[in-house]
Amino acid sequence: MSDEPNKGLRSPLRRKLLMGAAALPLVSILPRPSFGAGPATATVNTTGLAVTDTEVTVGILHSATGTMAISETGSIQAEKLAIEQINAAGGVLGRKIKFIQEDGASDWPTFAEKAKKLLVNDKVAAIMGCWTSASRKAVLPVVEQYNGMLYYPTFYEGLEQSKNVIYTGQEATQQILAGLNWIAKEKGAKSFFFIGSDYIWPRTSNKIARKHVENVLKGKVVGEEYYALGSTQFNSVINKIKLTKPDVIFTDVVGGSNVAFYKQLKAAGVDLSKQALLTISVTEDEIDGIGGENIAGAYACMKYFQSLDNANNKTFVPAFKKMWGEKTVIGDVTQAGYLGPWLWKLTCEKAGSFDVDKIAAASPGVEFKEAPEGYVRIHENHHLWSKTRVGRAKLDGQFELIFETADLIEPDPFPKGYQ
Amino acid sequence: MFGDYSIGDLGSIFVMQGFAGLILFSVYVLMALGLAIIFGQMGVINMAHGEFMILGAYVTWMTSNLFQSYLPGLFSGYFFLAMMLAFLASGALGMLVEWVLIRHLYKRPLDTLLATWGLSLILQQAYRSVFGAREVGVELPQWMLGSLKVTDSIEVPINGIFVMGLTVSITCAVAYVIYKSRWGRQVRAVVQNRIMAGAVGINTEKVDRYTYGLGCGIAGIAGSAFTMIGSTGPTSGQLYIVDTFLVVVFGGAASLLGTIASAFSISQTQSTLEFFMSGSMAKVLTLLAVVGILMLRPQGLFSLKVRK
Repeated sequence: MSDEPNKGLRSPLRRKLLMGAAALPLVSILPRPSFGAGPATATVNTTGLAVTDTEVTVGILHSATGTMAISETGSIQAEKLAIEQINAAGGVLGRKIKFIQEDGASDWPTFAEKAKKLLVNDKVAAIMGCWTSASRKAVLPVVEQYNGMLYYPTFYEGLEQSKNVIYTGQEATQQILAGLNWIAKEKGAKSFFFIGSDYIWPRTSNKIARKHVENVLKGKVVGEEYYALGSTQFNSVINKIKLTKPDVIFTDVVGGSNVAFYKQLKAAGVDLSKQALLTISVTEDEIDGIGGENIAGAYACMKYFQSLDNANNKTFVPAFKKMWGEKTVIGDVTQAGYLGPWLWKLTCEKAGSFDVDKIAAASPGVEFKEAPEGYVRIHENHHLWSKTRVGRAKLDGQFELIFETADLIEPDPFPKGYQ
Repeated sequence: MFGDYSIGDLGSIFVMQGFAGLILFSVYVLMALGLAIIFGQMGVINMAHGEFMILGAYVTWMTSNLFQSYLPGLFSGYFFLAMMLAFLASGALGMLVEWVLIRHLYKRPLDTLLATWGLSLILQQAYRSVFGAREVGVELPQWMLGSLKVTDSIEVPINGIFVMGLTVSITCAVAYVIYKSRWGRQVRAVVQNRIMAGAVGINTEKVDRYTYGLGCGIAGIAGSAFTMIGSTGPTSGQLYIVDTFLVVVFGGAASLLGTIASAFSISQTQSTLEFFMSGSMAKVLTLLAVVGILMLRPQGLFSLKVRK
């Protein structure tokens, strides 16, 4: 598709010349960062990574095809934007970032195979990638065996920690607890109905949420339901919700089921302006498919919303739209994807090296003050300190920020009392 | 679980649950009808059925966008036009596919399975390249949203009633075409004995092409209708394919009545079980029952006696 404008040109040479000419004005306008002025390659790269005097190679590993492409497209876009911005600002340790993109194709063994290819053949200095927990679990043994560095963007269930992974999304307690506290206090909620897709993330998240509701909030869980991934019929469970009349519906339904659930909820006459619903699986990306009119009024518990009103976000959102189109929306995970390359760059500069062991050791304490979500810092456990926020879905598909925690929440991937 | 609720509450829930079952029944019939025609009348296992449905959904999405931009005054009625366009688009693509691919494989039914599966992958990637990897949201006219309040506590989803009405009319139309019209007689003749049908002057190739087109076209209508209750993305078609095959195989391949009976029994079992236990567990039990019955009756609920 991108070749369209050159369609009429037959000769490859002519085409190359033209493309070169098209690039000229860009080159002359931009202040050209000079690469190659950094420290000597031998000192920053002692383990044979793909680092030259002027370039350093990283990998991007997401599903550009298959069922997960819906979700992972945003992460790919965010990571490319971050890399472009870092290069424009002078690169990492005086070197320009070059990326190799591989397609995990929504297939977990493919993820593992491509990760191995990136680490063994391409010798990338870091991988920005994976989205589902299943793909991360497939890649984890590979990055540990070949000592790679993975920046993983999705909010996930926790119960994992690795020297070779930086988790730029929230683990479950970070995402859920503050939101539950808020809704219990704000709405006086005592009874909760849980509904999720049937796999590890919703089940673990709901387990944590149930313990919190029962032990801390002294409330009651009146129903806990799981539907197979891809289910499209929710009328029965909606009737059950109507019968049990919970104060809060707490949902972690994902994928195509998500769309079906909210459409049918709306059709069944459940008015989300009266019935409180708290979701941990709907970002601006998902609302694109659900339709704002079907979900307006629902609360979502995230760390980032596109509508956040801070100086960093005000430069981030226009830059993203400029690169990927005015209509593109930015969800929580997309923002977390954007953090990956930046955190890696900052860590490389702190460590003064691209070596994975030094990066892993230098990561704790690295802070990124220009994060669109405000400010983040890497914890000793390789997760991020970040705020929990609650937003309310509006008709136009954006969230209105309703609540945010005063302080950064400490990541706790192995929460005591919640397992 | 019923101890804490009043009789009135329970009564209205049972009514609504009954409707939920009927809606599920209509959804199953609608999605299985096109496949049943193709599988039953032609013996072609169409793995790309879901993708023909999603083509209908995308056509609906484009129609709604067009109306929003150019004919906002007529927006409330766009859905009917969208369904017709969906039928035409999916039907036309179906006939093209039949001409390019399927007709060369009639003597190798298992190969059609592989070929149409490949086709489904191609179509998915095509949708992704054309419409983008993200899901699209199809905006519905106001009157199709929300629910009908029958009494204070009984509410019935309007889109559910719409799907029910649509299913009844399409089923009647298909039954009429197959069992009453001249063309339907030709279709049945070809099914029963292709060589003889050709010998008495029926253009069997043409009959095949139109049958395949009709099946795909109905899939398109189903996809269009399902934008009301489900998602529209490049791979959404995959969400329906398993249930669709389940209904068709359980019903007995060559029988329209079988498809309806099987859709009814599966949907009622599932929606009743879903109410009393969790969704995953309900699915497990439904599938177990289907497997059990198919072991005893491999030809499905109803089957047509065909001379092979």
